[in-house]
Amino acid sequence: MSQGRQAIALHDCRKAFADTLIALAREDERIVAVCSDSVGSSNLTAFKAEFPGRMINVGIAEQDLVGVGAGLANGGLIPFVSAAAPFLTGRALEQIKVDVAYSQAHVVLCGQSPGLAYGELGPTHHSIEDLSWLRAVAGLPVVVPADPAQTAAALRWAAGNPGPSYLRIPRFPVPDVTPPGAPFRPGQAVQLTDGDDVTIIATGTMVSRALAAAALLRREGIRARVLNVTFIEPLDTEAVLTAAAQTGGIVTAEEASTSGGLGAAVATLTAQHQPARLRILGVPRSFAPTGSTAFLLEHFGLTAEHIAAAARDIMAHAAP
Amino acid sequence: MLSADPAAARRFAGLRTQLAQLAPEQAAPFLRAMAASVRRDDLRMVHQARLGHLGGDFSVADILVTLYAAVLNVDPMRPLLADRDRLVLSKGHTAGALYATLAHCGFFARDELDSFAAPESALNGHPSNTKVPGVETSTGPLGHGFPVAVGVALSARLQASSRRTFVLLGDGELQEGSNWEAAMTASHYGLSALFAVVDRNQLQQGARTEETKQLEPLAGKWASFGWEVREVNGHDHGQLLDTFRRPGTTRPVCVIAHTVKGKGVSFMEDRVEWHHKVPSAEQVQTALRELSA
Repeated sequence: MSQGRQAIALHDCRKAFADTLIALAREDERIVAVCSDSVGSSNLTAFKAEFPGRMINVGIAEQDLVGVGAGLANGGLIPFVSAAAPFLTGRALEQIKVDVAYSQAHVVLCGQSPGLAYGELGPTHHSIEDLSWLRAVAGLPVVVPADPAQTAAALRWAAGNPGPSYLRIPRFPVPDVTPPGAPFRPGQAVQLTDGDDVTIIATGTMVSRALAAAALLRREGIRARVLNVTFIEPLDTEAVLTAAAQTGGIVTAEEASTSGGLGAAVATLTAQHQPARLRILGVPRSFAPTGSTAFLLEHFGLTAEHIAAAARDIMAHAAP
Repeated sequence: MLSADPAAARRFAGLRTQLAQLAPEQAAPFLRAMAASVRRDDLRMVHQARLGHLGGDFSVADILVTLYAAVLNVDPMRPLLADRDRLVLSKGHTAGALYATLAHCGFFARDELDSFAAPESALNGHPSNTKVPGVETSTGPLGHGFPVAVGVALSARLQASSRRTFVLLGDGELQEGSNWEAAMTASHYGLSALFAVVDRNQLQQGARTEETKQLEPLAGKWASFGWEVREVNGHDHGQLLDTFRRPGTTRPVCVIAHTVKGKGVSFMEDRVEWHHKVPSAEQVQTALRELSA
């Protein structure tokens, strides 16, 4: 992972998830956690120790997991339904659609270890399709925090928002990208750097890499605007269209499939309302080879250097 | 979202109070009359809409009417009351029977039934909880309602509430694996206030269940999953009421209701094609006569 020469402190979003959920549960007795033999992998061990009766484990049964979550919400509780993202969203997709989204149940779906986080475990365990699948489900916010501060804020927002949501909790440690004290505004992108030469729109684990790419470009005199899009749905259309109009070129970066995620959302929007030159970085429609998360991110061009190269490429092809 | 019909809700409240004081066999004639009325409404709805699932509707009508009129603690004027009992219709394609029953209870006006499946109607071919008061969760694809009902029953346990949860399942629906996940969870947590009612009409969309994928020994399956099993005639209102009134003890309760698909109309009974066949005008008249006898 290339993040520049300086050592950058890395932080674990999963710890923010676990700590925030415990804090929320202390404040509100309606908060319960639901998992499918995923207490450890969801970092819920401490939650279970403090609230044993509010930790519901349905065993290895994701369809039941999501349905039970919807039922708990029907009963007036606020369930945080947590499991590995590939199984939560893949196995239980119809339950997410029907029991949670269509029924507008106040269920917080927490996808753990998303994207390429499971590295060598292979494509069965990668969750690169979740953003594409869930973007197509009406009424379901799709939320991808980029750092611990955003993870904590997203959990608090979801606990208070009386409807369904999907939170994609990053696994590998990331640098802080959220300015101290920055508000968490649902549906709004956060502009992290100013610039009118090119825009980099990133989500989740790719945001810190987008910032590193912007730093590389700045050395060359290129001023890149970096947008952190936390809500893939609903997308901040104003921020995206403004960026398209003002910079003319956009690079998107996501630890997810390019068939339907952030990049596809940006492309669909800009193509219809403010055409811009686009480079969409992510996992192309393929099953990953064997390798660690770091290897796979490099393999698929999800590094600061690749993001910067895509930005240069866009600018080289700009209309004179 | 539809709203309650206050006059019908008052009548329903009166009926509930009356039936609560009666022994099951004394309550049965009232329930039988209401179920016949529900079937007649449903028949007209399906005929007008040119779609629906009359076979399954008629096999569950007596179960639904018994639950709503004499068992469930629900108030159509306050359909989201926290401590209401819950009925989850897992076999969502029998929405017609549910809608007609809810309308009889005053959850919404009976006139609304005329809009079944019409453009912009709240009454979809499958029930939606965001459109129809009294519907607890949206269903349609099979194998969804049961896990949701388990969650509802778990919430009651966590809140120390005495409310009860019923889920109505098709027999063919039990071929969906999610049901058995839910059955294990309910049993593991000892959810004795949860009743799973199986509409055992022996038929699924394409053929008999035992020809399609064998369910028997069905009672043995439920028992081996840790459930108390009760078997009843699903068209005998006295039997249904008696078994629904008897609370569970330590285990969740499975009621296998032996039913006849298309019950009440001679030419529909136990005929696979009446899963979702639409009757002709002449057939409607014949059926209405039989349902008024």
